[in-house]
Amino acid sequence: MHVPDGFIDAPVSAATAAVAAAAVGVSLRGARRELDDKAAPLAGLVAAFVFAVQMLNFPVAAGTSGHLLGGALAAILVGPYTGVLCISVVLLMQGVLFADGGLTALGVNITDMGVVTTVVAYAVFRALVRVLPRGRTGLSVASFAAALISVPAAAAAFTLIYALGGTTDVPVGQVFTAMTGVHVLIGLGEAAITALTVSAVAAVRPDLVHGARDLLRPLELRTAAVTLPASPALSSRRDGDQPERRDPAVPDGLSGDRHRRAGSRGPAAVAAEGVAEAVSESAGAGTATEPKNAIAPRSAKRLWLVGVAAALVCAGGLSYYASTSPDGLEKVAHDKGIDSKEEAHAAKDSPLADYQVKDVSDERLSGGLAGVIGVGATLAAGTAVFVVLRRRRPARTESETAAP
Amino acid sequence: MSAGHAHKLYRHARTPVHALPPHCKIAAVLAFVLTVVATPREAVWAFALYAVLIAAAAAAARIPVAFLLRRLLIEIPFVAFALLMPFVVPGEQVHVLGLSLSGPGLWGAWNVLAKGTLGVAASVVLASTTELRSLLLGLQRLRMPPLLVQIASFMIRYGDVVTDEMRRMRIARESRGFTARGVRHWGVLAKSAGALFIRSYERGERVHLAMVSRGYTGTMPVTDDTPATRTQWTYAAALPLAALAVCLTGWTLT
Repeated sequence: MHVPDGFIDAPVSAATAAVAAAAVGVSLRGARRELDDKAAPLAGLVAAFVFAVQMLNFPVAAGTSGHLLGGALAAILVGPYTGVLCISVVLLMQGVLFADGGLTALGVNITDMGVVTTVVAYAVFRALVRVLPRGRTGLSVASFAAALISVPAAAAAFTLIYALGGTTDVPVGQVFTAMTGVHVLIGLGEAAITALTVSAVAAVRPDLVHGARDLLRPLELRTAAVTLPASPALSSRRDGDQPERRDPAVPDGLSGDRHRRAGSRGPAAVAAEGVAEAVSESAGAGTATEPKNAIAPRSAKRLWLVGVAAALVCAGGLSYYASTSPDGLEKVAHDKGIDSKEEAHAAKDSPLADYQVKDVSDERLSGGLAGVIGVGATLAAGTAVFVVLRRRRPARTESETAAP
Repeated sequence: MSAGHAHKLYRHARTPVHALPPHCKIAAVLAFVLTVVATPREAVWAFALYAVLIAAAAAAARIPVAFLLRRLLIEIPFVAFALLMPFVVPGEQVHVLGLSLSGPGLWGAWNVLAKGTLGVAASVVLASTTELRSLLLGLQRLRMPPLLVQIASFMIRYGDVVTDEMRRMRIARESRGFTARGVRHWGVLAKSAGALFIRSYERGERVHLAMVSRGYTGTMPVTDDTPATRTQWTYAAALPLAALAVCLTGWTLT
């Protein structure tokens, strides 16, 4: 949503213009450091891409359609610095050429849609992508969350600017509710499209996904001991622009498919296959050497710890603020008097009945404690199931390999 | 691709407004819009005078009225928002045509509509009298960072190329029987968007290599740097100065 002239008063417009100018200045420096003299053409083309992709219509239902805003996508694909530059340039051009968004509101628009969206999306994306398992699924989930959060975050930032310098007297609470409500819906669409697009890019050129550059495996030359004298065709091929060397020791039938895929998808694609696939491939090919620099599968411990921490925070801390009648059905039943004949649950007298700890008088503390204990119990049960399953799995694979 | 390639928003003519140096025009429009925004909303007559000023500038640039009005349609989303305001803003109620509307809401809607429309009209006059290339040159002369100007110029220069690429992909999809009807088809569209990104990025890399091989070191040479004369600045300043006079009168009278 492009803010027009006259919506935000002059002092706040000037202040946001200063913020926007500072952010763009920092981004210029960062982009130059990252891209060197490539910055201008690359950022320019990416800005053209953002501009074009905003015209791509995604049908929702019954004739309505939406389009991508592109902030989160740009942040994930080209990084926060270049992303801020691209979105800012798009906004600038839209304001000057198409009169979309006022000239005096340019600072508001850039701060809101350019800086807040991009920075929030990138921060969320990086935080999640470190925690989630590697591979395209983790990447998609992280992009989904990043885009989903970045859009309402921009709406909230707009509300803040509006609260500081709005020229109309719409109550701030109402503006916040309306803006955030609408933008959560928009964010869902944005999130789905962003996740799908990032996943599509990661499948073909994972080296272009800036936000996950250090998490994917670097380009790798697959070498093996050359058993045959190199034929002219082979050596010319080696000198050519294909960095992948064909392994003559691998029979055609085994590796042909892999090489054809690698060739058609560009050399970088080879580097990008998920760890699991690479490992299984090299194991399957048998004669191919194991890649020495393969990244060890990430230990599940960190993921587990973060999950536990999040669950404990939710259960112990946030349940303070939870509604006392959280269950819609319970509330409706109570209001309509359906529950007059309700019989108490069999576990009513248990120490944790009604999500409160017995003998703890402080209601909030009690609720939080009950939550924490509940999380602990659920976790213990879940871990037990998981451990049992894992114990059984190796046994099954052994029996499977033994069977044929 | 770059020289003499006019964009759809530009209307070629030989008028004093077209002949002004771009940076004078940009500065004048910015000063004008700032003045409009700083005007108190109770001075209704001031906004009428601003509209007369913009109309005079458009007439001097020989921009047809229909063209100007059509370009004003861009602000329709905000008109809808402004029309909602009288209903949601709390405050004393006034009765207009049997509807109960809030007074502050009406003022707010008027404020956004008047200032927004004047801002859009000023931008339209600027964009339809200034070529893209000179617009960017003007921004550069107004001390916008050169890298930002370069990024903007690449975006403008390749915007049509990338959009055409997207159009070709759409034609390719449709000629294979694909029509996007709902959420289920987002995957295909997103894959197109991903392919478009990769193509744009790779084109950027090729463009950079082509530039490096022609001696690019990070800055673009400025070939036609003619500073504006004092007379030109005076002409350009006529619009914002007149607006400033109106604004000051508005402040003293209300």
